Amino acid sequence: MKQVLEFEKPVVELREKIAELKSFTKGSEIDLTDEITTLEKRLENLENDIYENLKPWDRVQIARHSERPTTLDYIESLFTDFLEFHGDRLFGDDEAIVAGIAKFNEMPVTVIGHQRGKETKENIRRSFGMPHPEGYRKALRHMKQAEKFRRPVICFIDTKGAYPGKAAEERGQSEAIARNLMEMAGLQVPIICVVIGEGGSGGALALGVGDKIHMLENSTYSVISPEGAAALLWKDSGQAQRAAETMKITSYDLKELDVIDEIIQEVRGGAHRDIKQQAEYIGKVLADSLNELGALTKEELLEKRWEKYKQIGDYTEMEPQ
Amino acid sequence: MLKDFFSKKRKYASIPREEAKQDIPQGLMQKCNNCQKIFYRKEMIKNLNVCPNCGYHHQMPAYDRIDALFDEGTFEEWDKELTSANPLGFPGYEDKLEKDRQKTDLNEAIVTGSGSIEGKKASVAVMDSRFRMGSMGSVVGEKIARAIEKAGEQSLPFIIFTASGGARMQEGVLSLMQMSKTSVAIQRFSANGGLMVSIMTNPTTGGVSASFASLGDYNFAEPGALIGFAGRRIIEQTIRENLPDDFQTAEFQLEHGQLDKVIARHDIKHTLSTLLDIHQSRGGVS
Repeated sequence: MKQVLEFEKPVVELREKIAELKSFTKGSEIDLTDEITTLEKRLENLENDIYENLKPWDRVQIARHSERPTTLDYIESLFTDFLEFHGDRLFGDDEAIVAGIAKFNEMPVTVIGHQRGKETKENIRRSFGMPHPEGYRKALRHMKQAEKFRRPVICFIDTKGAYPGKAAEERGQSEAIARNLMEMAGLQVPIICVVIGEGGSGGALALGVGDKIHMLENSTYSVISPEGAAALLWKDSGQAQRAAETMKITSYDLKELDVIDEIIQEVRGGAHRDIKQQAEYIGKVLADSLNELGALTKEELLEKRWEKYKQIGDYTEMEPQ
Repeated sequence: MLKDFFSKKRKYASIPREEAKQDIPQGLMQKCNNCQKIFYRKEMIKNLNVCPNCGYHHQMPAYDRIDALFDEGTFEEWDKELTSANPLGFPGYEDKLEKDRQKTDLNEAIVTGSGSIEGKKASVAVMDSRFRMGSMGSVVGEKIARAIEKAGEQSLPFIIFTASGGARMQEGVLSLMQMSKTSVAIQRFSANGGLMVSIMTNPTTGGVSASFASLGDYNFAEPGALIGFAGRRIIEQTIRENLPDDFQTAEFQLEHGQLDKVIARHDIKHTLSTLLDIHQSRGGVS
């Protein structure tokens, strides 16, 4: 059974009705062609109306869709010769992050991304895509290797956040995230980050300090989940819908806040509708970014990175009295 | 009625409630949060807000910290005129800021500047948890980034005292991005040989603990400070078990290899002075 999102229900219902009518006319002599044409026209209007006017909460639902493509899905359709490698050499291997090397349009690259599971068993193995420190340290190991072999790094961001657990704290969750931020800041090869699903807080950011930050149209990026924000601000996690609007977490919001570079167009109704097509949209933006960044010297790259992050924020500066 | 003018004799002796006994005139006396003993406020301040009885480290207002750290008259403040905007148009945010400004006499949750510690010049950033829980928004991030940049330009060491619940919700993703911004600033500073010392005070959690607080060449903490990434309640809900009492304290972090040292407030100035001294003269390696 395909997961139907709340806001799409009218579309799905109408589509089912049309299918029903069509199969009915096949076996009978009544001609309903006119009715069907009218309904199809109405479906088109309805689809336009709904999908062109998605509210923040609708996008949150799409970003969390159970069939939403994951890092490994995109790796499969965007890259060739992908080799996944494991372990942080310090403690273990965290399957909430996948990392390896591959080719993108014949260019060697390092690919790193958060990885959710597709079903419960895999989700447990991958901690629902919420990394422990060893995950971030594995990612860092791969970034340093990319630097050594002069490969660009491509990061896919898709996590609710870093794993909140006792073991994670004991092994230095804070330090692991902080270390990645700083090392990415100084990495002497291009880094391109693409938020493909949920970009949750510091756990997302630990793969997110790039020369380019792109977001899929229906992905989100936020300091806290809408539920968490609602609980914290209004002591009521039921107000998540309101929080999703107040907190400004959609790709359009982030573009407006000057935090991201590009919004990557999504297949209508969400990336899960057509992974191949979606991968094509992403591939085009990746190619452009790689071209642009590849032309820079190491010094230019780092200088531009600093300029990029330096300008993020909004404040008032009064004249000293 | 006439009899109302004569007060009745009370039948019972009244014994003040336990809480009432500890009600103390504001400003004059202060009760220790830990051992509940009452002290003269003056005595507490003289003791750097450390309880004279049990040694509990109370929160320290930013300017008190600066007074205690720098040689008299040497502190020069930077970027005091930076104040928060309301980038998300968050309902009620401006009021909250104004209230905290009144309450603390601070413009924001951080004070930056430079001064001398036993004769050695250093730049400093001091967070103050009384202002919006010390949370990090655009101004906190910007002031830290500027202080680090200036430290680099003037070849000064950079010392930061953290006290923060993490990112500031009301500035949303812009708060989150201050983690990146400060980290990029630290990386540049560090790559040029700059010395950074982080001293985590109660509390240092969330996005602050997961960025600049953990990025010093030396990471210290005050005794008993709460330090961690995810909140205790969230972890207990996730793993469904109770956590030990000392979970996420400075001592816990030291034990797990996450800190260089836990330093009592009274010893911080001297330790920093020694550390700056060792770093002032380059090592014997050319």
